[in-house]
Amino acid sequence: MAEEMRIVLRNYGKIAPLKIDDYLTQGGYKSLEKARAMNTADLIAEVKKSNLRGRGGAGFNCGMKWSFAAGAQADQKYVICNADEGEPGTYKDRLIMENDPHTLIEGMAICAYAIGATQGYIYLRGEYPFLISTLNTAINQAREKGLVKNFDIEVRSGAGAYVCGEETALIESIEGKRGEPRFKPPYPPSEGLWSKPTIVNNVETFANIPVIIEKGADWYASIGNPAYPGTKVFTLTGDVNNRTFFEVPTSTTIREIVFQFGGGIPGGKKFKAVQIGGTSGAFIPEALLDTPVAFDSMSAIGATLGSGATFVIDESRDVVDVATRIAGFFEHESCGKCAPCREGTARTAELMEKINEGRGSNKDIALLEKLGNVMSYSCLCGLGQAAPAPVLTTIKHFKADYEAKFM
Amino acid sequence: MDYKEIIAQYDGKAGGIIEAYHALLREFSYLPEEAIAEAARIFKLSTAEAYGIATFYSMFSVEARGKNVVRICESAPCHVAGASDVVAALERELGIKMGESTADGKFALEFTECVGQCQATPVITINGKPYLDVSPAKIPAIIAEYK
Ligand SMILES: Cc1cc2nc3c(=O)[nH]c(=O)nc-3n(C[C@H](O)[C@H](O)[C@H](O)COP(=O)(O)O)c2cc1C
Ligand code: SF4
Ligand code: FES
Repeated sequence: MAEEMRIVLRNYGKIAPLKIDDYLTQGGYKSLEKARAMNTADLIAEVKKSNLRGRGGAGFNCGMKWSFAAGAQADQKYVICNADEGEPGTYKDRLIMENDPHTLIEGMAICAYAIGATQGYIYLRGEYPFLISTLNTAINQAREKGLVKNFDIEVRSGAGAYVCGEETALIESIEGKRGEPRFKPPYPPSEGLWSKPTIVNNVETFANIPVIIEKGADWYASIGNPAYPGTKVFTLTGDVNNRTFFEVPTSTTIREIVFQFGGGIPGGKKFKAVQIGGTSGAFIPEALLDTPVAFDSMSAIGATLGSGATFVIDESRDVVDVATRIAGFFEHESCGKCAPCREGTARTAELMEKINEGRGSNKDIALLEKLGNVMSYSCLCGLGQAAPAPVLTTIKHFKADYEAKFM
Repeated sequence: MDYKEIIAQYDGKAGGIIEAYHALLREFSYLPEEAIAEAARIFKLSTAEAYGIATFYSMFSVEARGKNVVRICESAPCHVAGASDVVAALERELGIKMGESTADGKFALEFTECVGQCQATPVITINGKPYLDVSPAKIPAIIAEYK
């Protein structure tokens, strides 16, 4: 039976978030001290060896990313924490920032030392205004105690654009522009904020860093699934008994998430589908529930781990109606920079509405499939590439629900 | 503070126009035309660029709207938790439709996507403050706090 394991949420409920002494008592900022005593190449090698992969969705090896920025020559480098957390059903980064802001600051400061940056930013989603003062207070405390030397952090607010979670759109937004993704390459570690080498990591990624430095890469690499080790925070929504959060090793299966931790489906109803990774995730049917949640196992079944948001629907739900709502989300959030996404999300939403209202046919399904496939490879950024997934996977696994809507 | 003083606080801050817009929003609840022109001047942008930024982000409004901005999450988890019943209750309570403002200028009613409080759906926010597990029955009391 799978058990919870808390790494990034290790201090949750154990410390007063804004009492820095509480954090220090738990060993806080010791890892930063330890990191500073190492040479930066060894430090980065340690992070690389832990095989920590980004928790923001793309799953890139964190230490590897840092090595690119460390190797870049520049008069200024930046560390950015991606706290945009816009993926519907996700609130894990908020939990970390609300309950243990210092762990984030410590993780960022270790990164800054490793790559040679003196300025950091936390890009906080506009929907979390109440966290601005929490973060600023924690930053000031660390500064006053002289814990974070030669590194300053500024909090910047987003303003309600989902696409700004994409790292280059986020950078544009900090630069005070429309948050439209950039063409890549160059990637941020070589040319990011104000064209300087920049590391962008997710809140949960940074929160792992102090523990990895404390306990070592080998310890971390041995937890969960070897290809994507460590833990992952999940947030459960929809038709589950326990609509809550928990942190588990990455070897945990989807079935354990939904039925053991989630406590199963309320009201004696049957499971219908689960969507993992937020609104851009695939819908997963019963038959695939024994898949481990680790990044590559999920990719192997055509799904994603994404943010770890887990949205469950029971047999009484109208899957086509839910997918139609999601298509509306992408139409609304497309930034409009590239045509396949700007037009594609609008046409997808239109076709889904048509089917949902009972005016559709098999021809519309064929169109949706063709359009979705084109979008998945021709859109400029991950938003447009992932947008078709909920529609395509519900068509694949729940075709009968679509056909039932035809006149 | 008038809009010029608000914007002046961010003068010299690289990329600070978005922070300035947030500050304007706290004061006026929307971005008045003259404030956008002033922001363009301070941040050395064309007025078109300053408008482009203002209209890109869903939290900013370039049209006058009610002082208290009530937003209801319509993302899938809130959707299946009964957000549409809450929408109906809000429309009834305020006597306006989604996307409108009350005649007395006190309230604006808008949709939003997920606001990151999905442990207690459906969710509404008023001026950024979240209200959790809302139901039609709870709406009158919540709205009364702002009357
Ligand atoms: C549309 C879109 C939205 C994204 N939203 C987020 C987000 O809210 N938070 C996040 O950390 N990463 C998000 N990402 C991923 C980032 O682009 C980037 O990969 C990540 O911040 C890197 O950090 P990591 O390596 O620690 O995961 C998003 C990507 C796309 C395409
Ligand atoms: S894929 Fe969509 S969100 Fe991404 S750049 Fe193109 S239009 Fe913008
Ligand atoms: S889905 Fe509504 S608050 Fe997250």
